[in-house]
Amino acid sequence: MPLLLDAEGWDAVRLSLLVAGNSVAIGLPPAAMTGWLLARTRFPGRALLDALAHLPLVLPPVVIGWMLLVVLGLRGPVGAWLDAWFGIRLAFTREGAAIATAVMSFPLIVRAVRLSLEGADPGLEAAARTLGAGPLDRFVTVTVPMMAPGLLAGAVTAFAASLGEFGAVITFVSNIPGETQTLPLAIYSATQSPGGEAQAARFAGVSFILAVSGLLLAEVLARHMRRALGRAG
Amino acid sequence: MVAFAKAGADAGLTFETPWTEAPSLEVALRHRYAGFTLDAEFTVPATGVTALFGPSGCGKSTTLAAIAGLLRPQAGRITMRGVAMLDTARGICLAPERRGCGVVFQDARLFPHLSVASNLGYGARRAGAAAAAGPGFAQVVALLGLEGLLQRRPAMLSGGEKQRVALGRALLARPRLLLMDEPLAALDAARRDEVLPFLARLAGATAVPILYVTHSLEEVDRLADTMVLMQDGRVVANGPVETLSMRTDLPQLAGRRDAGAVLRCLVAAHLPERGLTRLDFPGGSLLVPRRGEATGTALRLRIQARDVSVATSCPEGLSIHNVLPARLVGVEPTAAAAEVFLRLAVGEQMLLSRVTRDALARLALRPGAALWALLKAASFDQAVQLG
Repeated sequence: MPLLLDAEGWDAVRLSLLVAGNSVAIGLPPAAMTGWLLARTRFPGRALLDALAHLPLVLPPVVIGWMLLVVLGLRGPVGAWLDAWFGIRLAFTREGAAIATAVMSFPLIVRAVRLSLEGADPGLEAAARTLGAGPLDRFVTVTVPMMAPGLLAGAVTAFAASLGEFGAVITFVSNIPGETQTLPLAIYSATQSPGGEAQAARFAGVSFILAVSGLLLAEVLARHMRRALGRAG
Repeated sequence: MVAFAKAGADAGLTFETPWTEAPSLEVALRHRYAGFTLDAEFTVPATGVTALFGPSGCGKSTTLAAIAGLLRPQAGRITMRGVAMLDTARGICLAPERRGCGVVFQDARLFPHLSVASNLGYGARRAGAAAAAGPGFAQVVALLGLEGLLQRRPAMLSGGEKQRVALGRALLARPRLLLMDEPLAALDAARRDEVLPFLARLAGATAVPILYVTHSLEEVDRLADTMVLMQDGRVVANGPVETLSMRTDLPQLAGRRDAGAVLRCLVAAHLPERGLTRLDFPGGSLLVPRRGEATGTALRLRIQARDVSVATSCPEGLSIHNVLPARLVGVEPTAAAAEVFLRLAVGEQMLLSRVTRDALARLALRPGAALWALLKAASFDQAVQLG
């Protein structure tokens, strides 16, 4: 069936994978850090950070896209600055699409990392201290391995969610074939054009295959990682 | 009543044993939390095992955490060989990773993502040039019987095996002090009996002083040379185990069913034709059922006060092997109104005997009286080999 896609269709698939990959790469480090902060530290403003991190889950995606446009658009405070100093434009570009999906999937990674850390014994970090490991040393050798299942689960769900993100992407970067038209946007366009039903069905099939492959891959990796961590299962 | 007062005065003179070694660790802590006040002050000698003994919730684990640096007390001073690790008055508080204190936790806390071999090497790789000398990897593996476990993950180990790996990991970090927080408390009786001999071997093999938190008197007898007795956040008594075992004024020790004198002795001779072994102690000897240790082995045994009876003349026709000449030094109350402790001198060794007040009156026992102490064989089951 994928062979039945035309060149424009393949562009949409490639673009979707690229945007989702970039989105995870951008979102993973700050989301992991936020998950760690929420699971392991107590500081003033922690509740506020918790709420902010979860905002994309509860706000309509269109609102997130609009906020990104206001802040990162060419006339937005950050967007204008980026354009003036570095010549970087995010609105209406594929980089902007990656940022929009990264913001939307941010809470998914935060939650997964936080869950895996809260399930791990903080006594292990204390044990590492008594064995002579300094802060960075024990973060790398003890905390990160404890976070690993959450990082993996978070990255996979974030990737899948990024493939399917619609509202934030179309609001922030519009629907430009070859530049910002990811799979869901292509499906939307197909349903809007006369005689596009067959095209829409093919795109939907591709989306389905990508989602199922992602789930299977995640399951295999998670099983391998649980074994490496010596946990049941 | 006069006799009791005199016994009390005797106690004051007899029990203060001066320290023969310079202390390695000096601890003074004050910490208040959730309606509980810890106010402890004690020293730990530079060698041997010191048991921090007391009931649950008396503050001993908190004290250990403060020494390790995992808890910062509100006020206090902890010095190791004269160097301050903590001194709240001077604003000194070394991070745990810079204190050189190896810790064995109640839950082994092995790193689940690392093999046993990597767990053992974790602290060893981080031990700096300043670390104390100590046994190498192969020696520790042999000492703790870990040869077959090295490639396994902690999840594949039994509770006892985990605790043995934790002991090895702490020892291989080359600590200046080993802290053990009830390392056997989370194990069932069978696992405990499996790990205890390894603990005793480790204590005998290492020159590093060990501070051992426990609420088990059996573990104290088996492992400890010195005891710090805690109650309600305070140190009640501190001294050699043998000395403290003779104190009848410490309810935590004297109130127990197994209260009694701890004495050190040597395996002097085996008498195979009689199925017995002779143990010598300063000023006397004991016959006990045949023991497996070689002659010359040092043993420690607790002679429970309830297993010692007295006679005013040398009895004959007894099944009991051990009838020792003794002098009554004092009479002291027990927790039970109807019973008293007799403090007996047998040679240089002191024993406690628990008898009824009726027997005391019937035999007209007075301090200074020459008596015979009769020791039941049951007393000798708990003898343990030292180091």
